[in-house]
Amino acid sequence: MLVNQFLLLSAVLFCIGVYGVLVRRNGVLVLMSIELILNSVNLNLIAFGGQHGVDGSVFALFVIAVAAAEVGVGLAIVMLIYRNKASVELDELDELKG
Amino acid sequence: MVDKVWLLPAIMFLSFLAILFLGKRSPGKGHAIGIAAVGLCTVLALVTAGEWVARETGHEAATALDDVPAECSASAAELSDGSHGGEGDHGDDAGEGEHALAPGGAVSIADGESAAPAAEEGETEHYTRPVVRCATWWSSGQTDITVGTQVDGLVVMMLMVVTIISLLVHIFSTDYVHGDRRYTHYFAFLSLFTASMLFFVMSQSTIQMIVGWELVGVCSFALIGHWWEDKPNSDAALKAFLTNRVGDIGLLVGMITLFFASGKTFSIMDINIKAAEGQISQTALTVAAVALIAAVMSKSGQFILHTWLPDAMAGPTPVSALIHAATMVVAGIYMVARLYPVFFEGLSIAGGSFNLLAIVGSVTAVFGALLGFVQKDIKKVLAYSTISQLGFMVAALGVGAWTAAVFHLFTHAFFKACLFLGAGSLSHACHHSFNMVDDMGGLRKVMPRTFWTYVIAAASLSGIFPLAGFWSKDEILAGTGGINDGVGNYYIVLAALLIGAFCTAGYMTRSVWYAFYGEYRGHHEPHESGPRITVPLIILATLAVVAGFANLPAKIFVELPSWLSLRFEHFVEPVGAYFPGKEAGFTHAEFNPLLALISLVVALSAAAIVWSFYLGKFPSLVGLASRNRFARTGKRILENKYYLDWLYTDVIVGFVKGPLARATYWVNQRVIDATVDGVGMGAAKAGDFVYNRIDQGVVDGAVNGAGALASGSGGGLSRMQTGKVQQYGVLLFAGTAILTGILVAVLTA
Repeated sequence: MLVNQFLLLSAVLFCIGVYGVLVRRNGVLVLMSIELILNSVNLNLIAFGGQHGVDGSVFALFVIAVAAAEVGVGLAIVMLIYRNKASVELDELDELKG
Repeated sequence: MVDKVWLLPAIMFLSFLAILFLGKRSPGKGHAIGIAAVGLCTVLALVTAGEWVARETGHEAATALDDVPAECSASAAELSDGSHGGEGDHGDDAGEGEHALAPGGAVSIADGESAAPAAEEGETEHYTRPVVRCATWWSSGQTDITVGTQVDGLVVMMLMVVTIISLLVHIFSTDYVHGDRRYTHYFAFLSLFTASMLFFVMSQSTIQMIVGWELVGVCSFALIGHWWEDKPNSDAALKAFLTNRVGDIGLLVGMITLFFASGKTFSIMDINIKAAEGQISQTALTVAAVALIAAVMSKSGQFILHTWLPDAMAGPTPVSALIHAATMVVAGIYMVARLYPVFFEGLSIAGGSFNLLAIVGSVTAVFGALLGFVQKDIKKVLAYSTISQLGFMVAALGVGAWTAAVFHLFTHAFFKACLFLGAGSLSHACHHSFNMVDDMGGLRKVMPRTFWTYVIAAASLSGIFPLAGFWSKDEILAGTGGINDGVGNYYIVLAALLIGAFCTAGYMTRSVWYAFYGEYRGHHEPHESGPRITVPLIILATLAVVAGFANLPAKIFVELPSWLSLRFEHFVEPVGAYFPGKEAGFTHAEFNPLLALISLVVALSAAAIVWSFYLGKFPSLVGLASRNRFARTGKRILENKYYLDWLYTDVIVGFVKGPLARATYWVNQRVIDATVDGVGMGAAKAGDFVYNRIDQGVVDGAVNGAGALASGSGGGLSRMQTGKVQQYGVLLFAGTAILTGILVAVLTA
């Protein structure tokens, strides 16, 4: 199997996701980057699942379900932040500063 | 019924739900459901007790643990498989035992008649046959977390005490809290409280024990703060809860230690068998026992963590009765009794004269009793009395007098409940005041029923022959081995407990004097309470008289027939692999007429001295505190409760609050300055502030160092808190990357 290629693709996707999470200011884009990270993990799971049995694919399904819930909650939070602050810039959200 | 005791907490829990959701619309606004449920439970508990008595008619060691399924206790299964080949159905045996009760009794008569030391020998022929049932709650890895019931004499006794006291408290409450704003809510929590305690006492695993322990704590919190509109009441509830949390840390540490030390099992039966057979290292047992003692100290109001108990008097009086007699505070005693092999081996109780449990208990017995002398509030007198009596029980467990401790728990439940309900009746009559010095007096003519029950219970508590308290207290004193042969030779404990007994009789006489004699000092016309209050009092007073006969000694000058003597010990004390045996040095102290006489004289003389003091026979003592500097200091220390509350709130909390709050403020100032005005300005401000602190440091020297340390570390760490989530993200990913690098390096190396 071409598991290496899958892993490489997954690693690339993961890095793009991490870059997005750390660098983008826009909350929505950060959420999208998190999706990218999760999907790179899914890719990994399915790639190994193809080698070792169906477990990985089942796990990937779980991840998808959890990711959907996470996006639901995340977008709701972003909406509320927008209503309160008229912006979704993450830099401006530093109420928890010590 | 012995294998279905789970019905009791289940019924009480259902009653809690029913009252909570349907109570307001049900007859009696909820008390009908509560009383019906607890009444049913009392009947079931009595049936269980009957079955247990029928069952306890002599078993061989080999078959003793047959009713303990392997999934509930691997060690018990090993023991019973090792000695015989599992003889099939033993249900028949129990049935036979029931019919053969009389012959069974005859057998034990034969045992008893062989001279007193030999009676010990005879007793060992009989083994307790506990009934354990469990179900797997969940599994984690190799470990099954089970929940279930473990029934033996101790549990049956507790079930009876809890349900009987709870039933009487329910009935009493229908009059006492009549017309209260949260009447329904009150009965719902009484049900839950009872359910929690029943759940706790029948625990099969330590996890279940912890859950029950915490449930009891939560219920007591809710009931102490029943009238939370007044700040002191909600403060008292919080104090009770938080003080208990301190001890709960000990409980968790102890239970976790036991879990690992006993080869990863939560089963109480397993832990006890392994501890008793020496399969757990002495060190682990000692650590576990010491940690668990911390839990006992907070739950059972032992000295230095007892301060919540007097404050808990803020709750309704029937709740105090329930807390002090049957639930909550006896949970600590019960826990030690249940896990006794751990304490027995861990603290090397056998043959010793000095261990933590005995010290904690005897210190509490004396210091608690002394505090009873300076209280004006009749409930607080009783609260300190409870603390002192719990000290007696802990000390008894500490010297190896297991049966004496449990027996004292049994008798104490009745007379202390009677005293508390009597105090409730008094306050009911005196317009809801508990101040016996200013608002009571001369009530014996107005309230004859309350008077007589109170006096009987007080005499029982003071240990007057032949009331219940005399027998149990005497058994504890004998058990110290100070005069006769006990498990060890605890002379100091004996001396401390005699002082405690002296003070007990003294402060109880004082409370009787203030409440019932002299002139009436209140402002409202007092009246006798109604039958729903006096009938429970009369029942409890009767029990306070007769409960002591449950465990008459085998020999009081003449040999007593064995159907009469030591019945409590025979049915309640476990004999078998899961309890310290004779080979471990566990013995029973015998009744000692000399000691009994001493304790009786001590109690009577204390009562006589206090009585003559109030009659004015010692004019030289009147006003002693205002003339003698030494006496004044003593009185001031007692009135301030040894300054423990001051130590906790002002010194410890104040130390945390004052310097730490100042330090936090300082950190805030500095961080804001650093970000806004730049480092230079910040440094200048900080320097300024440091100057201020040095100025203050001269004033409160020792505090300064700790404050600076806390603020320094806080300042360093809080600079990392920028509030920018992506910065946290960078740190997170950088850390992960570094750790991954290390992992790879290690794995490939």
